[in-house]
Amino acid sequence: MTIRNVLRDHGQRYRPRMACLKKAEKVVLEMQDPATGVKLQPQRLVITTIPHAITGEDIVAWLADRFQIDAQEARSFGSMLVALGYIYPIQDHKRLVVKPDASLYRFQTPYFWPTQQWPVEDTDYAIYLAKRNIRKKGILELHEQEQYNRLHKWMNHKWDFIVMQAKEQYRAAKERKKPDRVVFDCQERAYWVVHRPPPGTVSAMDYGLERLIDPNAHEAKTPDDYERIMIFTQQSIMRPRVKSSVSIGALVKYCATYKGHDPFLSKCLPSNPWLTDDVTYWALNMPNVEIPTKMRVERWTFSFGELLSDPRGRDDFRLFLKKEFSGENLAFWEGCEDLKWGTAATMKEKAEQIYKTFLARGAPRWINIDGKTMEITVKGLKHPHRYVLDAAQTHIYMLMKKDSYGRYLKSPVFKETMKKAVCPEEHKFSDSQLEQNARNRRPSLSPIIIRQQEQEQKAKMAASAPVDITQVMSKLSKQGKEAPPRRTSVKND
Amino acid sequence: MCDQTFMAATFGPCDSCSKPSPLMNIYIKNEATNYCSLCVEMMACQGLQKGETLESLKRESETLKKKLEEERNKLNDVELHQVAEKVEVLSALSIKTRRVLKGHGNKVLCMDWCKDKRRMVSSSQDGKVIVWDAFTLNKEHGVPLPCTWVLACAYAPSGCAIACGGLDNKCSVIPLSLDKNENLAAKKKSVAMHTNYVSGCSFTNSDMQLLTSSGDGTCALWDVESGQLLQSFHGHTADVLSLDLAPSETGNTFVSGGCDMKANVWDMRSGQNIQSFESHESDINCVKYYPSGDAFASASDDATCRFYDLRADREVAVYQKDSIIFGASTCDFSLSGRLLFAGYNDYTINVWDVLKGTRATILFGHENRVSRVRVSPDGTALGSASWDSTLRVWA
Repeated sequence: MTIRNVLRDHGQRYRPRMACLKKAEKVVLEMQDPATGVKLQPQRLVITTIPHAITGEDIVAWLADRFQIDAQEARSFGSMLVALGYIYPIQDHKRLVVKPDASLYRFQTPYFWPTQQWPVEDTDYAIYLAKRNIRKKGILELHEQEQYNRLHKWMNHKWDFIVMQAKEQYRAAKERKKPDRVVFDCQERAYWVVHRPPPGTVSAMDYGLERLIDPNAHEAKTPDDYERIMIFTQQSIMRPRVKSSVSIGALVKYCATYKGHDPFLSKCLPSNPWLTDDVTYWALNMPNVEIPTKMRVERWTFSFGELLSDPRGRDDFRLFLKKEFSGENLAFWEGCEDLKWGTAATMKEKAEQIYKTFLARGAPRWINIDGKTMEITVKGLKHPHRYVLDAAQTHIYMLMKKDSYGRYLKSPVFKETMKKAVCPEEHKFSDSQLEQNARNRRPSLSPIIIRQQEQEQKAKMAASAPVDITQVMSKLSKQGKEAPPRRTSVKND
Repeated sequence: MCDQTFMAATFGPCDSCSKPSPLMNIYIKNEATNYCSLCVEMMACQGLQKGETLESLKRESETLKKKLEEERNKLNDVELHQVAEKVEVLSALSIKTRRVLKGHGNKVLCMDWCKDKRRMVSSSQDGKVIVWDAFTLNKEHGVPLPCTWVLACAYAPSGCAIACGGLDNKCSVIPLSLDKNENLAAKKKSVAMHTNYVSGCSFTNSDMQLLTSSGDGTCALWDVESGQLLQSFHGHTADVLSLDLAPSETGNTFVSGGCDMKANVWDMRSGQNIQSFESHESDINCVKYYPSGDAFASASDDATCRFYDLRADREVAVYQKDSIIFGASTCDFSLSGRLLFAGYNDYTINVWDVLKGTRATILFGHENRVSRVRVSPDGTALGSASWDSTLRVWA
């Protein structure tokens, strides 16, 4: 029994991950069709003529026509066929690419295709190298010589066998006609360039790490497996679903709404930093900038989620709520978020703290939730876990979304922000200015420093200002965060 | 809000054993009940009952699956490409390489953007993890890890830490520091422990929680500070290769894709598998949510990318082409969700028009497989990592 050399078993077992091999085969067979395939030409050597060669340009043209793609893509596809070993170059045999000129290629014989049933064994490689050594000493390349020496050491016990096989094959080859011999040598050489690539070259056979599951193995299912499937399927059937027209309509609408904000589809104002090397766009859109851009404010009108997820938008909303004396809703929501995503160690205390501040009878910042939700929440707090406030949080979120959000969009606070928002002019850089921008690329403040500054500010606030956390947050936001910061004196509210 | 799970009870006394624990919402004889995961497992593992055989169970499960398909088809009144006929055609895209980041000595396996829109972290086959300022091409931090094949890396939301993991079966969090002389590898903290390789990792909304997927077929949610396992997710029957968190701000779900050709949607609170999609013909290499959170795309070794609508509970588009025969290993949406960037094993990146189902353009440049594509947080650029040991930024 031979020990299968699993590590080098490139695609031989036809893993679905190398499903491309079967598809490539279909294409190659089409290419060889005598009527509709690639045009064949004879290759002229000194005195012999070897038939069935094809040029690079013909390959590219045929592929471009067959798949209705442009020349660059056809060339890329052709190069992959060569890299996989279905077509091999006759000249420059070590570079597995398709050159779109008169360079000659030939179709590899199916015996040497990568999807054959037998794995690529080191024994065969050793025989091949030995055979070439016999034919002409010193013909092996450096990497082949190194491989040969390594195999000689590792396979020393069967070296006699290998040499015998090599001699036998060499003798058999001499009995062939010259054209056949030349073709076979080319085919064999091409096969080994694909499966034992020279160092430093890219191998298409390299598919990376093995995955644990063997797709060719058939796993028998146990009764438990079927039970699990059934429990899941039953639950899946009963889940509410939505009509396709409604949900697809929403997806399409989302694209349309955000089209103007997508830098790949519309222009960034003033300019995309990656295109012009000018970072004004990023400076104008810092998380806690004093004056937002018009585009940014427009996004807040798309959905409540957009408003909340933008720190500047949230600050604006907080200001509005303060004026309406309903800031506790947002504060509660933020507390719940902190509980959900916070570290496990302080979870219980946080839950208790939130309960005392917002939910308990006579709490300083009491929020208004319905009786049923309050009952569920209080019951849950007996065994506090990170999602214990979920029901209450959702209730308050919906309240803000359906009620406060709409009023915010019509409020003076929002109108003021919208009025003050900037709309920068588009940059029009000349080529020399662009070059200068590229030379002047500057590093930005590290997020580590930014966080340190925020923490210092928070500590200062906490030390001197009143306990109300919302005051702290709105003060922080008003100071803005453009770098570098200047130490201002702490203003008492 | 898209998330249908928020109304479900996810914690409380189990209807079967009364212990307070995370709850799964299941149906027994069409009655809705809430069981803890242990009771669900016990229900499943009762073995063959009287009159049941393996064959009869198989037939029963097939019937149920057919019923599910019928239910899904009842509400299937229109196709995506039909609705998309009214949408205007995309104008020609002109996307070029704007930066090439050289510095890794070996295949780059993963990359992630920082929330500051210009920094990124990348990991490679030789165990090196590098943090770059992609705008200036500066390497800011370099961490050599003792394991090879670092398959997953992620940037923390605060920008002050990174997570990485791979063949060492662990996912570690490394706090970043400004001190150039500091040995970052020494401060590495192992958070996730799996029984096989870690294929993907992601921070949740804060630096304190980490979600990982592994070759052992499970996903898990961890508390970073203590390394405690908060929730595990069982359901895949093969390696899980990728995961993505839902973007909605009440996001309690995530999607994972694996070698069992299934893409599963999970409730993070209870560990329950709430939806499953099985239409790919080969391993799913990458899953990514649509920006609204109501849909997701998957990239697979069968050379297709597929688009699934979560509310309608079905596949709504397949992105494939005759001339694309190599597997897709990664995908990501542009900011509006109109474009889907997918990296393939034939060294190219195809850009698909999500709504119309056609290919908008193809990006050449990499000289080996594209292992990861990610759109930057503000949508201004596309970052790609490749086995040719470089990363590229396209815009």
